[in-house]
Amino acid sequence: MLVIKNLHANIDGKEILKGLSLTINKGEIHAIMGPNGSGKSTLSSVITGHPAFEVTHGTIEFNGTDLLELAPEERANEGIFLSFQYPVEIPGVSMVNFMRSAINEQRKYRNEPAISATDFLRLMREKKELVEMDSKLTNRAVNEGFSGGEKKKNEIFQMAMLEPKLAILDETDSGLDIDALRIVANGVNKLKSPENATVVITHYQRLLDYITPDFVHVLYDGKIVKSGGKELALELEARGYDWIKQEVEA
Amino acid sequence: MSDAIIHEVTQSEYKYGFTTDIETEVIPVGINEEVVRIISAKKNEPEWMLEFRLKAFRHWQTLKMPTWANLTIPEIDYQSISYFAAPRKNAPKSLDEVDPELLKTFDRLGIPLEEQKALSGIAVDAVMDSVSVKTTFKETLAEMGIIFCSFSEAVEHHPDLVQKYMASVVPYTDNFFAALNSAVFSDGSFVYIPKGVRCPMELSTYFRINAVNTGQFERTLIVADDDSYVSYLEGCTAPQRDENQLHAAIVEIIAMKNAQVKYSTVQNWYPGDKNGKGGIYNFVTKRGICKGDGSHISWTQVETGSAITWKYPSCVLQGDNSSAEFYSVAVTNNHQQADTGTKMIHLGKNTSSHILSKGISAGVSHNSYRGLVRVGAKAENARNFSQCDSLLLGDKCGAHTFPYMEVNNETAVVEHEATTSKISEDQIFYCNQRGISTEDAVGLIVNGYAKEVVDKLPMEFAVEAQKLLQITLEGSVG
Ligand SMILES: Nc1ncnc2c1ncn2[C@@H]1O[C@H](COP(=O)(O)OP(=O)(O)OP(=O)(O)O)[C@@H](O)[C@H]1O
Ligand SMILES: [Mg+2]
Repeated sequence: MLVIKNLHANIDGKEILKGLSLTINKGEIHAIMGPNGSGKSTLSSVITGHPAFEVTHGTIEFNGTDLLELAPEERANEGIFLSFQYPVEIPGVSMVNFMRSAINEQRKYRNEPAISATDFLRLMREKKELVEMDSKLTNRAVNEGFSGGEKKKNEIFQMAMLEPKLAILDETDSGLDIDALRIVANGVNKLKSPENATVVITHYQRLLDYITPDFVHVLYDGKIVKSGGKELALELEARGYDWIKQEVEA
Repeated sequence: MSDAIIHEVTQSEYKYGFTTDIETEVIPVGINEEVVRIISAKKNEPEWMLEFRLKAFRHWQTLKMPTWANLTIPEIDYQSISYFAAPRKNAPKSLDEVDPELLKTFDRLGIPLEEQKALSGIAVDAVMDSVSVKTTFKETLAEMGIIFCSFSEAVEHHPDLVQKYMASVVPYTDNFFAALNSAVFSDGSFVYIPKGVRCPMELSTYFRINAVNTGQFERTLIVADDDSYVSYLEGCTAPQRDENQLHAAIVEIIAMKNAQVKYSTVQNWYPGDKNGKGGIYNFVTKRGICKGDGSHISWTQVETGSAITWKYPSCVLQGDNSSAEFYSVAVTNNHQQADTGTKMIHLGKNTSSHILSKGISAGVSHNSYRGLVRVGAKAENARNFSQCDSLLLGDKCGAHTFPYMEVNNETAVVEHEATTSKISEDQIFYCNQRGISTEDAVGLIVNGYAKEVVDKLPMEFAVEAQKLLQITLEGSVG
């Protein structure tokens, strides 16, 4: 589904990704871990097409399409969703309007007619229940004044609404309380199907207790330096990253 | 709201079509007493009207164009302007001859063909059922004693009312452009709502049928007698071009005891091209007076057009317990300049005013808010709340706020709040990541920002105004 080869990317002339390769097939869950500043969020930004980053080398293919040729909104409409590490507030734009625009853009992209008001409201209700999202939040402006945890929950709500093929969750677990973590993880699991794939970026094994990854990768200094099964996460939790650094530098 | 509703709402206004009559008579360019006399004679005006024009003209000659606004206004040669309904030179004969860019915009606003023709200056003859619609409106209004006609008709048929109220709110001595308008005004509208009458329809509907060629020196007078109500809408969301660069209109509103007047404008004069060439200069004097106790006037404006806008819809709160509101969205893009705002003059007791101004600047434009709140010595318990917000798109544009307060009564409470915000790259990217294009994202954010004001417009215009805001700002981010 997603094939990244030898990816190099800069921001403000500084190279952050330094030859990263990663292949994700449908039905898989990949966890990406790694020290602060190693380039995890940069990878999500580059996959989704953030204009601040410049790709200098390498390729990203998504279901056979050259992703780097597509505008960010086209990548989204192809089915790539990012749950942001730091969701942005958009004052004045109601969640309802925002979600309806997003759904309708997606439908337009697939040559489907706009969603009817009744269908839209039904969908909202259904997905709110799935992530146990309070209606008070969906009646407000996008993320405006939301608490840190509420913002994260709102990301998963949007993911549920849009049903992406590839979801990238960038530290969705940080800032969530114990109950919210369970709810969000359950939501992710319920949305899981053999047809879609999930990338979970996290610092903590705790999330992986709920969302069981097929693969765990360690991103270090702009490259994936180690990959393994879910036991790798446990090892990292126990030992930290020093041994990885030593392996890399050796 | 579903797209079907939007479609229906935006289309329904247009089904009536338009009549346009293009004047054929020309008088030489330039202005002098003779020209003023010719204008008056062509309109068969009574002696008192001519006298008024001449007094205004003589006064105008003693004035200089004001320079206090935060605008860079090119030298205007008043002797090179034609002051009488100049016909459009080289009027296009069919839509094939009209700027395709303009046609694209018409399409996107959902303006049907017949109206597109009228707006592009093509002579439209047999226009659908406008005559019968007009007659129905006229009959309904006449039964209730409501007078709604062109200013010239009012001068002819209701001279006593015109003489009583004209220039009572904006005297010709008021300012340079008011004096000029008073001397040479072309035509405009007159509204009189009798005592105790609630006007049953938005006067917009009717007005739009006639609104296409309003001329460059328009004059509007609205009188709402005791306990009456009227909602009046002027303007058009479609981009309007005009050979005449200079527009100087006057609008006067008089609200008597317990009367309520709601005046809304959507204005989209041609702003000039991306480099600022061409474009209308719009210098407008709009003022209302809450003359009677308990009266209420509200101004709502959405301004997206003109190369230069100079406009301060104002209110004099003379009656005790009277109140006034000013809601404004002013958008500037490319090289546009706007200096707009309001004045609230509190004279009566327990008067209150509310100002909500939302400026949006993009490109290299400049957008200034200028507000004056004055509380007179006798205005016990006056209240004012002003909120002035600015939204910047990009970093080459400017927003400026000039609040002035003159409070001469210590029981007054006058509050002012101002904010400036910017659409950030991260907000746009967040929308992009949800599949929403940059243009649509700007539209969503701008409409969210302007919602409080746009919601005050009559329903059908609110929908068009939203589309207009988005189209106006196209290409200004990203
Ligand atoms: N605008 C910028 N200019 C220079 N360096 C930047 C810029 N943005 C990000 N970086 C750097 O890029 C590196 C990678 O950042 P990134 O956000 O991808 O890390 P991360 O792995 O997601 O870290 P964390 O675990 O803390 O979220 C960091 O060193 C960061 O300081
Ligand atoms: Mg990060």
